Amino acid sequence: MTIATAARGVLSKLETCRGDRNDGHDRDPAWLADARLAALAWVGEHGFPTRKDEDWKYTGLDPILAVPFEAAAAGTGRWVSAEMIDTAAVDLGGPRLVFVNGHFAAELSRLTGLPAGAEVTNLAAVLAARPQRLEPFFSHTPGEHHAFAAFNDVLAEDGAFIHLTPGTSVDEPIQLVFFSDTGGFPLMSSPRSVIVAEAGSRATIVETYAGTFGDVYCTNAVTEAVLGDDAQIEHYKVQDEPLTAFHLALLDVRQGRNSRFSSRSVMLGSSIARHEVRVLLEDVGAEVSLDGVYLPQGDQLHDNTIFVDHAATGCTSHQLYKGVLDGGGHGVFNGHIMVRPGADGTDANQKNKNLILSDRAEVDTRPRLEIYTDDVKCTHGAAVGQLDEEALLYLRARAIPLEAARGLLIYAFVHEMVDRIELEPLRAQLETLVAGRFTHGDDQVKP
Amino acid sequence: MMLKIENLHASIEDKKILRGVNLEVNAGEVHAIMGPNGSGKSTLASVLIGREGYDVSGSVRYQGQDLLALSPEDRAAAGVFLAFQHPVEIPGVGNLYFMRTALNSLRRQRGQEELDAVDFLALAQERMKLVEMDQTFMSRSVNEGFSGGEKKRNEILQMAILEPRLAILDETDSGLDIDALRVVANGVNALRSEGRAMLVITHHQRLLDYIVPDRVHVMAAGRIVRPGNKDLAVELEENGYNGLGQQDSAGRMPVGATR
Repeated sequence: MTIATAARGVLSKLETCRGDRNDGHDRDPAWLADARLAALAWVGEHGFPTRKDEDWKYTGLDPILAVPFEAAAAGTGRWVSAEMIDTAAVDLGGPRLVFVNGHFAAELSRLTGLPAGAEVTNLAAVLAARPQRLEPFFSHTPGEHHAFAAFNDVLAEDGAFIHLTPGTSVDEPIQLVFFSDTGGFPLMSSPRSVIVAEAGSRATIVETYAGTFGDVYCTNAVTEAVLGDDAQIEHYKVQDEPLTAFHLALLDVRQGRNSRFSSRSVMLGSSIARHEVRVLLEDVGAEVSLDGVYLPQGDQLHDNTIFVDHAATGCTSHQLYKGVLDGGGHGVFNGHIMVRPGADGTDANQKNKNLILSDRAEVDTRPRLEIYTDDVKCTHGAAVGQLDEEALLYLRARAIPLEAARGLLIYAFVHEMVDRIELEPLRAQLETLVAGRFTHGDDQVKP
Repeated sequence: MMLKIENLHASIEDKKILRGVNLEVNAGEVHAIMGPNGSGKSTLASVLIGREGYDVSGSVRYQGQDLLALSPEDRAAAGVFLAFQHPVEIPGVGNLYFMRTALNSLRRQRGQEELDAVDFLALAQERMKLVEMDQTFMSRSVNEGFSGGEKKRNEILQMAILEPRLAILDETDSGLDIDALRVVANGVNALRSEGRAMLVITHHQRLLDYIVPDRVHVMAAGRIVRPGNKDLAVELEENGYNGLGQQDSAGRMPVGATR
């Protein structure tokens, strides 16, 4: 089956599906219906990206396009319990929004403990009551990024909506849990989350993606964050979907003057996962820090595609991505920094380090700098290596068995990333998840 | 008999390094192995702890068992310890955690109860006094950013914690100033005991002023060419290794070497 046929097939199914559903639901406002149709038309015209597209060179979509996904409707996955959610995402104690198959599950969520000035709700609620609030987000050029972002434009009905008024500080982390449970039908969920942090506001936001073991589904998530002057957002993302799932995500960030944004991503699950981050530093002195760890094994593919756009003077960006590739795992680091004309005083760095544990594993690393001004400080680098044989011998000469010694060294390689997570319960959970991956049930590794 | 090496040969990529080493070490004894660079001293240490990459033949019996048949971790668990010449830095692995993992691996393989973090810390603190280390070393990554002297002290600390039956010290004096040398030697001397044997490998006689050996062997061109007592070390210091089997630039045949 060609991609074009597959794309047409998926599209017609989705169209039908939407048509059915709209019969029983409130219709979208005209601007949204137009935006959705425009996005749909864009996808129809451009099709899905292929490996000929620069940004999709290493990530083939055929396995995703081969599955006849249907758009996940609200009300599916009703049997998902609080215990299942707690297992997938350790409760951080603060506000928690749970989405099942992309739709808000009020009975599993907790929206207490928020200060005045912080609105934390779900997108569908905003869409029903004040849809115009969302117009700036849906009506920017449809499909600007790629087909899957446009697809999200077409299908998105729910997700998180976080609005912090100027100066609002939320102390407790805001937790977003996206859980999928398909009941046997291959579903595509399209959560769309919007974070608006006005001037001087602060919050920590944690996104976790997980699902029921063995379920076949595709998450196609878009999270948009807009930071006003001096706003500070700390963002975390944990992707722990089952190996039968696909995960495509776009984190799109726009930053105002002297704002600070950080995002730390941990990729564990999915058959094919792509986490794309786009950051526009659009006013003076904005700072962004992006970290990621990806651990593909078996036949997993983990793709990190990053675009940082320095469009103003005196902005800073840091990237540190580390991958451990085992079995037939395939990792991609595709990091692009653009320094626009006039973005003087830019300080940008980008580092990618990989540890390859098997002959069959593969990593494609592509750090890129594109600089159109002189007064900049930019560095980038990529490294691919294997376990240090000398270190292995040293540990074994101290009676530490080979497997445990390997686990200890692998954990040491990634632990710096886990250590950067300041939220204690999350750090502990990830430490267990990451360490568990390399120890084969032995509790040896947990410095 | 702690260690009995017979006709040990080792080569790497067809290059012969050990050419028939014979050596016997009894419990309670300290043996020094001296020799010029390239004589095979460090290779002997590597072969004894099971470093991969060598073609090895001959026999090594350790407390009656075939040492060469064991993996490096099994040799360590059986009580063989090497203080490395160049201890590797392991970023991301805490020194204290590393040593506790090592001791507990060893205890587990011997069927002994493991030490929890509190008990281990108490043990480590006591043994740290031996090599005059303070606790800041324990919270750092293994050997990371340690000076040469600190790395060597860290090796002796591991020896003090793991309490081996056969300790091999490979060029433990290299790169040490006189104060560091004294600290390291004091640590080693404190660990001398009836039940423990030591093999001290060194290029210089200087270390043997501090760690006084029972026996001294001179290695050259992959063999032990001259056994003796501690006076041999002094003689070597005065006369050098010339004539003891080193193949010099003029291409003279080393003593005991064959083509």
